Order: sequence, then C-alpha cells, then structure tokens
Amino acid sequence: MKLELTGITKHFGSLVANDHIDLTVEPGEIRALLGENGAGKTTLMNVLIGLVQPDAGEIRVDGKPVVIHSPKDAIAARIGMVHQHFMLVPVFTVAENVTLGLEPTRALGLLDRRRARSEVRNLSERYGLQVDPDAYVEDLPVGVQQRVEIIKTLIREASVLILDEPTSVLTPGETDDLFRIMRELRAGGRSIVFISHKLKEVQAIADTITIIRRGKVVGERPPTATDTELAALMVGRPVQLRVSKRPAQPGDVVLDVQHLTVAGEHGSPVVDDVSFQVRAGEILGVAGVQGNGQTELCEALLGLRPASGSVLLNGRDVSHATPRDRLRAGIGYIPEDRQEDGLVGDFSVADNMILDVYDRRPFASGIALDLSAIRDNAVSRVAEFDVRTTSVDTATQTLSGGNQQKVILAREIGREIKVLLASQPTRGLDVGSIEFVHRRIVEQRDQGVAVVIVSSELDEIYALADRIAVMYEGKITGFRTPAVSVEELGLLMAGGSGAGRPGTLPEADRSSTAVTEKSGSSARSGPAAEAPADPPDDSAPGGPP
Amino acid sequence: MSEQQSGSPPAPSQRPPPAARRPSASFSRTILDAVVKGSPTVVTILAFVAAVVLGGLLIAFSDTTVLHAWSQFFSAPGNAIAQAWDAAAAAYSAMFEGAILNPHTVSAAFHGGSVGAIFYPLSQTASDATPLVLTGLSVAIAFRAGLFNIGASGQWVGGAIVATYLGFGISLPPVIHVIVCLLGGFAGGAVIGWIVGELKARTGAHEVIVTIMLNYIMYNFLSFLLGTPKALQQPGQSNLISPPVAASARLPHVGGPPPQVDAGFLIALAAAAGVWWLLSRSTIGFRFRTVGANPSAARSAGMNVEESWVLVMLIAGGLAGLAGAAVILGPVQSITFNSYGTYGFDGITVALLGRASPVGVVLAALLFGALHAGGTAMEAATQVPSSLVQVLQGLIVLFVAAPPLIRAMFRLRAARAAGLEAVPKGWNT
Repeated sequence: MKLELTGITKHFGSLVANDHIDLTVEPGEIRALLGENGAGKTTLMNVLIGLVQPDAGEIRVDGKPVVIHSPKDAIAARIGMVHQHFMLVPVFTVAENVTLGLEPTRALGLLDRRRARSEVRNLSERYGLQVDPDAYVEDLPVGVQQRVEIIKTLIREASVLILDEPTSVLTPGETDDLFRIMRELRAGGRSIVFISHKLKEVQAIADTITIIRRGKVVGERPPTATDTELAALMVGRPVQLRVSKRPAQPGDVVLDVQHLTVAGEHGSPVVDDVSFQVRAGEILGVAGVQGNGQTELCEALLGLRPASGSVLLNGRDVSHATPRDRLRAGIGYIPEDRQEDGLVGDFSVADNMILDVYDRRPFASGIALDLSAIRDNAVSRVAEFDVRTTSVDTATQTLSGGNQQKVILAREIGREIKVLLASQPTRGLDVGSIEFVHRRIVEQRDQGVAVVIVSSELDEIYALADRIAVMYEGKITGFRTPAVSVEELGLLMAGGSGAGRPGTLPEADRSSTAVTEKSGSSARSGPAAEAPADPPDDSAPGGPP
Repeated sequence: MSEQQSGSPPAPSQRPPPAARRPSASFSRTILDAVVKGSPTVVTILAFVAAVVLGGLLIAFSDTTVLHAWSQFFSAPGNAIAQAWDAAAAAYSAMFEGAILNPHTVSAAFHGGSVGAIFYPLSQTASDATPLVLTGLSVAIAFRAGLFNIGASGQWVGGAIVATYLGFGISLPPVIHVIVCLLGGFAGGAVIGWIVGELKARTGAHEVIVTIMLNYIMYNFLSFLLGTPKALQQPGQSNLISPPVAASARLPHVGGPPPQVDAGFLIALAAAAGVWWLLSRSTIGFRFRTVGANPSAARSAGMNVEESWVLVMLIAGGLAGLAGAAVILGPVQSITFNSYGTYGFDGITVALLGRASPVGVVLAALLFGALHAGGTAMEAATQVPSSLVQVLQGLIVLFVAAPPLIRAMFRLRAARAAGLEAVPKGWNT
C-alpha cells in the first residue's frame, strides 16, 4: 500500500508543528522520520492516525484521498500505530489484548478464544515474533509487549505500521529483535514508518530517511548518509558528534573508592565490593547495561544509600558523611533521573540553580535568603550555559529536557568541585544538547576535576571516557582503555565470558546506541527489573557460553 | 503537541527507597497539588458567589412564609418571588450588619451615639478570625512541606492546656505573664506536632493517621484533666471546666473594652507575617518547600528530609497551640471539655481556601470570621439558624475543591485551553 501525505500543516496556537509536510511511503519500505524532540514527528503521525486534525493537507492511500478523523478511520485505511507507551491491559493474556475491541465471537455472542489464539499464533510464526498467545501481558518483558502491540496492528490488517520511538524502551538485544521483525514485515510487503532521533538506528534499519526540523521536511537521505550530515540536517547547524578532547593529564588521586558494597533488598548485594580510583583531570566511564548497580553505586557515593567500604575524597574519609557534607566536600552530582532527583519542577530556574547551595553565601546570610543574589546568579548562569528559558522565574518543568539538564549542569559545575559524578547525563537529550553537555564535562576534566560518568550508552562512554570500567551484576568486571573493541566491552557487560559474535561490529555498534534506559520495564516490578543484566537470548553483544 | 518529551523518562520505580521511608506521598501529594496549584483567585471568588446564591435559595425556601407564597405561585407569582428575595435579603443584610458594618450605628454616631459601636461588627469578625488564622497557618505551613496536618485540633488542645495552666497556676507581673502563657501555648502545641513529625521521620508512620489519632488522645486527655480534681478542674466544681486565667494573663483589648477584639488578632497577623517570611525569605522555608515539592530532589541536594518534617510539624503544632492560647487568654478565659470546637478543622478549610499561602490564609480566616460573626447576628435578627453559616462554608469549599464545576457554571474557559504552552522544545534555533 502506498501512503502519500501532501502539504500537511498543523498549528498549535502560534506554533507551527507541521509546515506543509510532504511524505510518500512506498509499499514494502521502511521509512525513518528523523528529528529532534519537538520537531513535529509525533504530531505528523497523530495526524495520520486521526488523533489530531490537520489545518491543511491531504492524505492519500494508494492514490485515493482518505479523511481520517479518528483512530477507527485510520484502522479502516489500514494504518496502524505502535505508541511509545503501550496500550495493553496487563492482567489480560496476549490473545485477549490483541482481540480487544474486535473480539471474534461464536454463536450466542460467546468469545471465540480458540480463534483469537490461533490468529495470534499464526501471525507470530509468520513474522518470527515469538509471542505466546496465552501469556499474561504483565509477565512479559517490554520488548515482547511491544511485539504484542505490533500484532495488534497486524490483526487489524494494517499495511502501514507507525512505530513511535520504539527503541527508547528496549535493551540492545530487544532492539536487534525489533529490527529483525521490521525486516520480516517489510519482506511481507508492509511499510513501516520508524520515528526516532537516534542516528545509528535509522542508518541501520531505514530504506530512506526523512529529516524533519521545526515542522518542516528539511531533507531526504539514503541510509548511507553520514552521521555528521544527518545530525547537521536535524539540528540545523554542524554538530560535533564526538567532542574533541585532548589526551587526559591525570594528576593525583581525588576519589578513592575501596570495597564499596551496597546491600540489595533481597540480601544479595547490588553493588558488590567495588573499588576504583579516579585522578584529577581524568574521566572514568562506568559502562554497563542499565540495572547492574550503577544507580546504587552513584547513590552510595553521594551517601544517599547506606554502604560498607570506604570513600576517600582527596584523602579524606567521607564514608560516613551525609550527602550534604559530601556535596560540601566537593562532589558535583548529576542524577540519573533529572526530573525526579535533579530538579523541583514547580520551582523557578533561579531556585533550582541553588538547590544544594541555598544556605551558603552569597545566597543566604544566617537563615535569610538573599533573593537578589539568587536572581543575579541565575541570570548569569542562564547566559553562561545558554539555558533557553523565557525568564529565570519560569518553572523548570516547562523547559525542554536539554534545558533542564543545563540547569542542573550549571548548578553542579558552577560551584567549586573536585569530583563530578554524572549518571546518564544525556539520557533522552537530542544531538545538540548532547554535544553541549559533553563539551562541558570535558571542560571540567581539563580544569582538573575527577569525573565519573555512568552511562549505558556505549557511544557516550567512548566519547568521554579516558578509562572505562564495566559493571555487571554489581561488580566491576574489568577496566579498559578507550581503545577497547565494542565486542570486548559487550562481553564484559554481559558478565565477561563467552565469545563475541564475529563480524557484527557495525551491528553491535549500532545496538550500543540503544543500550538505553530500561525505564520501560520500570513500570513493572519483578524479575525483569531485578535482573535486566541477563542478556535475553541473542541479545547483548557477546552471549553466554 | 506531544512530541516525545525529552526530559521525561518514566520514573525508575525499580529503585528501592534510599532509607526505606520515602513519604507515602500519593494522598498528601494530591491534596497538596489541589491546594497549592488548584484554583486561581477568580475561582475562589466565584465559589464564594455561587455559595452565597445557593445559600440564599436555602434561606428562602426554608422559610414558611416564602413557601406559603410559592404555593400560590400561579395566582401571585410576583409575591412569591418578592417573598423569597425578601427572606434571603433580610438574612444576608443581618449577616452583613453583624460582620462588617451596621448602618444604624453610623447614623447613631452622627446623633451623638458611640463611634466605637460602628466598628463593633468588624471587631467581632477579627475576634472570630483570630484562632482560624493561626490554625490555618498551622495547616498551611505543613502543606508546603508536603505534610497534611489534620491534627491542628489536638495541637490546639495541647496549647490551650498549657496556656490555661500557666494562666491560673502561676503568678507573674501582667505583661510577662501573658507572654509566658503564649509561649507556653506555642510549646504545648509544638510538642504534639513534634511527636507527629518524629514518628513520621523515624518510622514512616503517615502523618494523617497519626494526627487524627492524636486528636482523640488530646480530647480525652483534656477531659481527664478537667475531671481530675487538683489537675485542671476548677475547685468546688463538678463540671468539666478549669479555673479562669488570672487577669494578668489575659490578652489586652485593642482600642476599647470588651467585646472589642483583643491583642490575639495582632499576634495572629504577626504570626502570618512570620510564616510568610519563613516560607519565602528564609533558608528553612526554602528547604520546607523543596521537601514538599520533591523530596527526592531535596535528598539529592543534600537536604535532610526527615529533619525538615520534624521541624515543620513542630512549628505547625506550635501555631495551632498558639491558637489555643489566644482563645483561652482572650475571649474564653477558662477551658472546658469541648473548647476546641472546630478551630482545628476550620483551619484545614481556611488553608485550602487560602491556597496554603499566609496572605490567603489571613483573608480566608477573615471571611470565615465574618461568616461566624454575621451568623450569630443573623440568627438573632431573623429566624434563619446560624448553622446556615456552616452550610455556606461547606458550599464554598465544595466549589473551591471542584474548579471545573465553577468553570462550567460561569462558563470560564480553562486556563490552558487558551493556547497550548507551545514553546518549541528543541533549543537549537
């Protein structure tokens, strides 16, 4: 089925979310929509499935104009969407979920469970989805839940599938599986619109890449286009994907961690006898699949979580100091979840800029706050860090993720620090923001700060780290230099045994981009959240022996 | 437009709480959000208008004369409507005269009457508002730190007991005595509040449960003291009443003899100013607000969340205790087994109506004070029972708590509908 969009325009107030967008998706094509957060990709797709009515423009299916006023019309036009947040009933089985709304019935209106099950099984086999129709959705890993969503669209006979940021919730292994499924679907003659802001993913899977910036189509490129070219189109200016940095000149040991152990909820330690040293002027990158104790390690280093072992800061033992004292002693902390732990969303930019120095000069004398000092500080920091905000009194929750992160960055590296502890510092940010954050972090290193970066994005580790430590199940499985191969790193991330898959370098490299938040699984509790380290079947680079 | 919000990864709930005592925030959070961010001022005012209109209908149609007139609506529709209007107008004007200004006293003053009498209704309003300002502040300050203080009533009792005891039990020079009694009242309430904060900080016990239970404990403790000779009971009395406080412990009247408003009102205003300063201009208030708005960010910024809970409950309890002292040392002078009345619970309403801001609390307390003062006058002048005041209070709160209802009634557009806050999220321009 051929899908054509012509001149789609949509205004929200004064904002033009879509500005005369033309897009043609050929049958059997994987079309990537690449753009930064806020570029208008999701709006366009919401137009396509009838959640948003365009102000102008036309949608044609196989040359015939169609009007789509609701998702129902979209289904009739054989367009199906897999949303970023799944729309599944956790306590229903896969078959029940899939047939929800179009339940096959027998005489007397009884549900025809058998038919539902067999349809799911057929689709599952045809496209290699490996979904058990009788499994309860709540028991399934995120990747499989996503496949259930795909089956939902298939059973409604969609021939164009829209996948909205599908990899943001997946582990690398799950991403590989998804790409395999997408190829199978393409082979079956279906077209796919793949929405993403991750360069490597669109390069790996798309047949054609359409780049959207500020509501306009700014280009179409083949997947062979370079990173740099795509990023520049996306952002609107040349972007350095990997910040340039001089070789590190490590000085004295600043942070000395010995035998740090954090007890888990179920007895087994979540951080297990971790020891490392970080010198002034060097960046230690802690790599690993999310959920292997990195979060707990950071929290223990800051004193937010009880731990045994010792933490020495410039030779001073801070193992028993409170978070406040450790921050005072010179730790800058960029938490993993900026909205939950880094910022107070209701507070103004100015107030968030002083969250951990509010009771120190010049912001306070005695217990009285100095509002003008707080304001002046915010005004100069906003300028220095290029925070895009209407004023320093704006509530931070209205800022974009990149600008929120800049507020935190401005606060943490704006004061005298000896150690910078940054956990997933660029999670969810777009290319431009990532560049900015990386540059600032390298700048700190060059000023002699000892930096610890915890990241599940291998790209980030490679871009920043002078030394790499890999965490797996709470332990550090090895230290490497940045010259280490992706395979070896993947091996360490998976527990350090077995062999890397030969000849999969580009693939592994690409999937590394997606070693992102396991946050999707956080909605569920239980095994998947506890042991996300387990590489699901043929997943992370380097399987079990 | 709902482009993927770059900054909103789903909260990682797989992480266990750092100290096994994160606040079980959902309930308090909901309430707090409703109070602090809920209704803009215009909704509050419209809620008042709607309540007055509904109250007027209630007045009219509970009046037998009006009902009789309406039974003959079809023969004399004008009469029916006029009767209804008259009944409501009479009640409300009596209320206005009792709470704000009585025109008769103004004309009397011109003919040689007392000028002070003009201010009598306002004075009564201020007097009735005094304890509500203080209990309202108590609830509001706890709100701001993310805690829901249902226990202002029990804390009021704690403060009142100490103030009463110091008031009749010791003898001191006049000014010093009243100050000691007030401080004692603050301390008495603060101890009760502190217990709540400490229990929450150490064990994670939810403050709503703890404060409700402590209310009962304090009510019965008061009864016990009043029923025990040589404790708080007035010698030679079998009733549950304490001896009156000494004259030196009474709050002086401001600008005239009783029943003019006493210095308690000034103390309440000073407390409101103090709370305002504390919340918006001090490091302690900054900490309270941070803890209230996002406890995990507060922790990550090195703030001691538990300590903040204890401190804010101590202050909240102290304010409610001060309300107790202000009542005992002011208009009442001796405590009985049910002196606590509804001060504590009205404080919740006042804080809600005042949207947990000190200025809002003062205004809301004055409104309620006026309703109380006016209600008494209305009951005296017309046949409308003063319990109508409680109906009005209830209606106001109902409408404030349901802004969509008010918006629908007055056809306000929801603030956000005017235009999506369409700030482009990308920042590379």
